[in-house]
Amino acid sequence: MESFDTIVKRLSENRLWQFPGGVKPQDKKALSNTHAIRRLPLPDCLYIPLKQHIGNKGSLIVEVGQRVLKGQPLTKASGPYSVPIHASTSGTVKAIDEHVSAHPSGIAEPTLMLEPDGLDEWIKLHPNPHYSQLDKSTLVELICDAGISGMGGAGFPTHIKTNNPQKLEFLIINGIECEPYITADDRLMREHAWQIRQGIDILQHTLNPKHIIVAVEDNKPEALEALRIACKDKPDCSLVSTPTLYPMGGEKQLIQVVTGREVPGKGLPSDIGITMFNIGTCFAIADAVFNGKPLIERVVTLTGEAVKAPQNVWALIGTPIAFLTEHAQLKSSKRYSQRIIMGGPMMGFTVTSPRVPVVKTTNCLLMPKASFAQPEDIERPCIRCSACSDVCPASLLPQQLLWHSKAKEYDKAQDYNLFDCIECGACAYVCPSDIPLVQYYRQAKSAVRSEKDEKQKAEKAKARFDARTQRLENDKKEREEKHQKAAQARQNAKANANDTATETTTAPKSAAVAAAIARAKAKKQQTSTPVLETEQKEPAQVDDKKAKVAAAVARAKAKKAASSNAIESEEKLESNTEAPQQTEVDDKKAKIAAAVARAKAKKAAASNGVEPNEKTAPTIETTQQTDADAKKAKVAAAVARAKAKAKAKAEKNAE
Amino acid sequence: MTLAIFITGTLALLFGLLLGYAAIRFKVESDPLVEQVDSLLPQTQCGQCGFPGCRPYAEAIANDGDEINKCPPGGDATIKKLADLMGVEAKPLNAAHGEDAAAKTIAYIREDECIGCTKCIQACPVDAIIGAAKQMHTVITDECTGCDLCVDPCPVDCIDMINVPQTSSTWDWKESIQPETLIPVKVVS
Repeated sequence: MESFDTIVKRLSENRLWQFPGGVKPQDKKALSNTHAIRRLPLPDCLYIPLKQHIGNKGSLIVEVGQRVLKGQPLTKASGPYSVPIHASTSGTVKAIDEHVSAHPSGIAEPTLMLEPDGLDEWIKLHPNPHYSQLDKSTLVELICDAGISGMGGAGFPTHIKTNNPQKLEFLIINGIECEPYITADDRLMREHAWQIRQGIDILQHTLNPKHIIVAVEDNKPEALEALRIACKDKPDCSLVSTPTLYPMGGEKQLIQVVTGREVPGKGLPSDIGITMFNIGTCFAIADAVFNGKPLIERVVTLTGEAVKAPQNVWALIGTPIAFLTEHAQLKSSKRYSQRIIMGGPMMGFTVTSPRVPVVKTTNCLLMPKASFAQPEDIERPCIRCSACSDVCPASLLPQQLLWHSKAKEYDKAQDYNLFDCIECGACAYVCPSDIPLVQYYRQAKSAVRSEKDEKQKAEKAKARFDARTQRLENDKKEREEKHQKAAQARQNAKANANDTATETTTAPKSAAVAAAIARAKAKKQQTSTPVLETEQKEPAQVDDKKAKVAAAVARAKAKKAASSNAIESEEKLESNTEAPQQTEVDDKKAKIAAAVARAKAKKAAASNGVEPNEKTAPTIETTQQTDADAKKAKVAAAVARAKAKAKAKAEKNAE
Repeated sequence: MTLAIFITGTLALLFGLLLGYAAIRFKVESDPLVEQVDSLLPQTQCGQCGFPGCRPYAEAIANDGDEINKCPPGGDATIKKLADLMGVEAKPLNAAHGEDAAAKTIAYIREDECIGCTKCIQACPVDAIIGAAKQMHTVITDECTGCDLCVDPCPVDCIDMINVPQTSSTWDWKESIQPETLIPVKVVS
């Protein structure tokens, strides 16, 4: 890794490094970079998506029908990776609903629809001109509350990057804008260089880097000059002009070019002491801190051969793109058939509807001429020319990735570092067979991601299943233990009872004697019956059984007699205490009677309560059904469904 | 001669002891193949394979050499992976166990028709249904595996299997390889 001193030395001599590969498409920037950024009238309706960045959406803090002022927060950050959104102008919240999203799929996402009232009335702003007196955490909070997320394209929440605890060597400001056609950052640098400088000052204050590098491509000399003047008196700041080469603006590529360091495959720039911010983000940070204004508008390039007036405009976040294309004078014959690309020609995507809103990452709306993408242009077989691997800025092997992505061998694709692909489209640009390579990589990436998600979900499901099985087993065990314990307790109780019974019987001798007599009688019977039976000598075996049964009966009788005797004796013993016991029994009886009476009363009350309902029901039946009826109907319906199901099942079984 | 026998015998004894010790010291607790097979299965616990859950099926595949094409929720992708792992030929899904689900579904309880019988709660293998006797039940959508097991026990048929709605984060670019949505990278040349 290059040391800090060599890098600074080489920067001062304007000797830079290189990244591998790269392509040089025609830049077509002259179409739109000659006019100043224009301000447009208010559109009829703004569609502000609740989530416009990478991370989680905030929680809503406004209601439908509420009047909001310009700059008023509409959501509240609900986690570290969440930033709020703000009202782009004053007006009424018309609806909060699903609306077509600024995403290649166009899948509807939660969006707040704001109807402007035309007054454009600001909420009370809280400017902080003396930012250097604020501490780091306050500034980070300010940046978060202003809803700033990376404006270069990825949309990563800026406050997370500004809250970097690692020691930083370089703060790189990215003014490259390497994609053809786009001139939004170019115009912003030319017209607002001073405010960008202010944003850099704030970043320097919060991040405290050793050195600042501002990089601009050499096809934007005016912008470079403007920034040079703005940053003239800034120490520890080098302004570098990089060669024009696509994709110079990629984070990893620019770091490699200006510092010679390479970001590790699965690492972040901060791992090698570097962090990078986009020009537009710097501008927004200065706006947020010095003026207290949240991020509610951005520069958007309207360009392409299909528009009469290509230009840059200040577009409010949430402006439907149809409103913008109208102002760029899209040829009227093309109004409905024109393809509109959000972003540049290399990495952008075709929007699915003209009602798609402008979001915080929208830098360009490209309306190219209709003569491309004829069906015969689409994909011919790979001829293994290896032009793609020559231009790949990440030094990957695009052919191998293509084979494995197409064959759905995602493990092998990952072995070829699929996830290091930055989707810049250089490979597809040079491909003589017109293979849309990046689309295949994107597909493979999303497949790998969803596989990972599914795996995670499967693991979760397994854990829950195991937990449930364990719980059921434990329940079963517990129940068995309980049963066993109960059985044990019963046995113990029985044994105790027997013990006490024998004890009590031995006390009164007469009882014992009676029991003994009973036992003797039983024995006698036992012995006498078989004799009787054997005398008959008919079917011997049956008789035997009968005898046994009889004996058992006799034993039972004897036992009963014995116990009754015992009880009798007990009763005799307790005869003097009988009176209080009886009163207790009486008490109990009275209580039971009272309970029964209460229950009856309740029943009567309930039936009385129902009766009036039933009586009144017919009178108002025509207009409304009583609750009871509704419930009855529901129950009837449920029963009917259940019956139908049972019948269906029976029929199925019969079949 | 005796020396040779002695040396070989000693060596044999020594290595035998070493192997014996290693067998005890580095003993593998459970069959790792079962774990591997289990980790490939989708863990919906739906029982469509005829086993009460994914693990029993994994055990059947690993120990008894059961067919690998009995898992409809896993579909062809799972069969392919199982074939790789077990070293057998991949075969199409056995239709007797159900069809390969085209889209992922989850259970949805029509709540005003629910009578609160708790039968679905008892049927759910991953405890993804909450509710109590005579109270309305509902499905925790994040935990539902779409196994279908709650649909049958419901006496009033108030459970539907609905498709999981697609969001922009779950969307894959498959649809985009069409001329209409392709980015014309050649537009500048």
